[in-house]
Amino acid sequence: MDHTAPVAPAAAPLDDDGELTRLHPGYTHALRVKAALMSVPFLVGALVLESAFVGEALFPAGVIAGPVLLIALACIIRVPTRRYNARGYQISADRLRVVRGLLLRSDTVVPFGRVQHIDVDQGPLDRFFGIATLTLHTAGNHNASVSLPGLGKELAREMREEIRAHIRRETQ
Amino acid sequence: MSDIRRTAPLSVALGALGSIRSGIFPAIAIAFSGVGGGDRLWLALGVGVAATLIGSAFSFLRWRRLTYTIGETDIRVESGLFSRSARSVPFERIQDVSLEAKPVPRLLGLVSVKFETGAGGGDDLSLQYLTASEGERLRQLVRERRDEEQAAQAPASDAPAAQDSEGEVLFAMGPGRLVTFGLFEFSLAVFAVLGGALQYVDNVTDLDVWNVDLWYGWLKEQGSTVATLGPYVQALGAVVGLMGLIVVGSATGVVRTVLRDWGFTLTRSARGFRRQRGLLTRTDVVMPAHRVQGLVIDTGLLRYRFGWHGLSFVSLAQDSEGESHVVAPFAKLEELAPIVAAAGFRLPDERTAWQRASKRQRTDKALLDSAPFVLAAIPVAIFAPPGLFLIPLGAAVVAVAANLYAWEFRRFALSETQIFATSGFLSPTSRIATRLKLHSVEIAQGPLARRRGYATVHLGLAGGSFAIAGVPLAEARALRASVLETIAATDYSRLDAPPVQAQALSEAQSGFSANLAAT
Repeated sequence: MDHTAPVAPAAAPLDDDGELTRLHPGYTHALRVKAALMSVPFLVGALVLESAFVGEALFPAGVIAGPVLLIALACIIRVPTRRYNARGYQISADRLRVVRGLLLRSDTVVPFGRVQHIDVDQGPLDRFFGIATLTLHTAGNHNASVSLPGLGKELAREMREEIRAHIRRETQ
Repeated sequence: MSDIRRTAPLSVALGALGSIRSGIFPAIAIAFSGVGGGDRLWLALGVGVAATLIGSAFSFLRWRRLTYTIGETDIRVESGLFSRSARSVPFERIQDVSLEAKPVPRLLGLVSVKFETGAGGGDDLSLQYLTASEGERLRQLVRERRDEEQAAQAPASDAPAAQDSEGEVLFAMGPGRLVTFGLFEFSLAVFAVLGGALQYVDNVTDLDVWNVDLWYGWLKEQGSTVATLGPYVQALGAVVGLMGLIVVGSATGVVRTVLRDWGFTLTRSARGFRRQRGLLTRTDVVMPAHRVQGLVIDTGLLRYRFGWHGLSFVSLAQDSEGESHVVAPFAKLEELAPIVAAAGFRLPDERTAWQRASKRQRTDKALLDSAPFVLAAIPVAIFAPPGLFLIPLGAAVVAVAANLYAWEFRRFALSETQIFATSGFLSPTSRIATRLKLHSVEIAQGPLARRRGYATVHLGLAGGSFAIAGVPLAEARALRASVLETIAATDYSRLDAPPVQAQALSEAQSGFSANLAAT
């Protein structure tokens, strides 16, 4: 994937319809593992319910656990891919554009000149897959923090340096 | 310079103290419960010690893993045991450094240091705990950096000398205006109060006010009297009753308004805007002019028809009750204009090129809003007496009509320096923001909006919200591109004194000193 693309493509003017840079492929895997962990309690709950009613023969076996398993599989296999495809970003000389959302699309642009501070976070799973989340904090009430998950760790750091250098330049 | 540092080692001891505190309660609980029989005191001691040890170990690890770096351009903190997080705060964005010493850290000579930025989420960088001298050193360092920059920029911004006079009155409300205002603040809240009072009467007397039979009997008595009067007198009685309601509601509104807004004055002085109001509790608020981020002009269903509007400032320092400061609650538009100008804004005029919201969004919203009523009509048509289904259908028609009318108010416009947007159901609410003082632009779309090609534009405004719904996608993109151009041209650190704004301010001030000279 493009996650090794240069950080700022030579001060090109931002084009809204421009090609989005895709996230690190590890992001899909991280989403999958997260979904799998999330679905465990539901599966266990469904199995417990099944076994509680198993002697009563009210309904055929698997009526509860089956659908739950199907939904869980969809959440583990299908949704992360679609979510990954729906996400993307675009970084130019003076702004970052973050696109996300399957059902509720959102397309946010934050100019570097309005960034207050910058976070680079890695959860335990992220560390395993070598990805990180870049969060830009702004002073506005809406979008007080805009986060961009699923970046390669090194790339996230480079982007941070890039944005910081921009702030530095602008205040000179 | 950019060496990696750790917080004071003594903060491990403070963390350990905290874990003793959290370990002591389970220990006490065990000591006083039946668990473990005769050995429970030992068990309690064991649990307490284990909790303390584990807590201390974590506290130590956290301390080991938390480092901060004072770099050339920023302060950076890295922390976290299992998940790593790194925060970078550029010196340019640090507004102040606050040192806080709670009693126990203070005994150990430690302080917690907080670097305050303008971040909207109130999510700042803090270091717990540093030695007092290190905290002081950091504060000094940040201030030096800031001073260097300000010296580098050095516009002679302190030109307008402190004019410590009363200032020019921009807006005031006399008793006559207050009463008119109060009439529009019609409220039936008094009946809720009466209900409470009745409850009280019920409690302290034998009179059983909630006894239906009592009232029914009384009504029947009255009813038979009324019935003898004939239809005209009955209708008259109903009208008189309604008028009574109106009188009581209006009187409530007037009393409340007078109590809240008695002697309302808004003055413009060198320090900013100053608002004084209140009869029993007098409040006095000062808002620095450069803190004003945007304006909201709202009105009401009825008062709009009479040309009355209210003006509020969206500001970083927020009012206790809402997100914005009311600076003129009840005024004609021409009275608002000077206030708007004094705040460095301009009202939309006839040259403003308004753009309307998407007609598709109007259709979708009208359909969605009326759908529940239409759905409700189906069971009503089947089960209820014939003809009753017309009521939900009528409601659906009203919903559609209201939405079609509301579309009239849904529009926005861009000017050289500002952005205007109005919205509302039966009366418009207008928002005005300076393009320069926006922080981000988001285009959001739900599933329906994506299919139908419109979007909601959210603008990041400090201290308030600014969203424009139902903008056709192409226009939303154009809007964003043009707003971003303005934003990206000026850095946050220069927002407080942009050239245009400063000029407007000094103009306002020279005008005001001319006024002074005239008096």
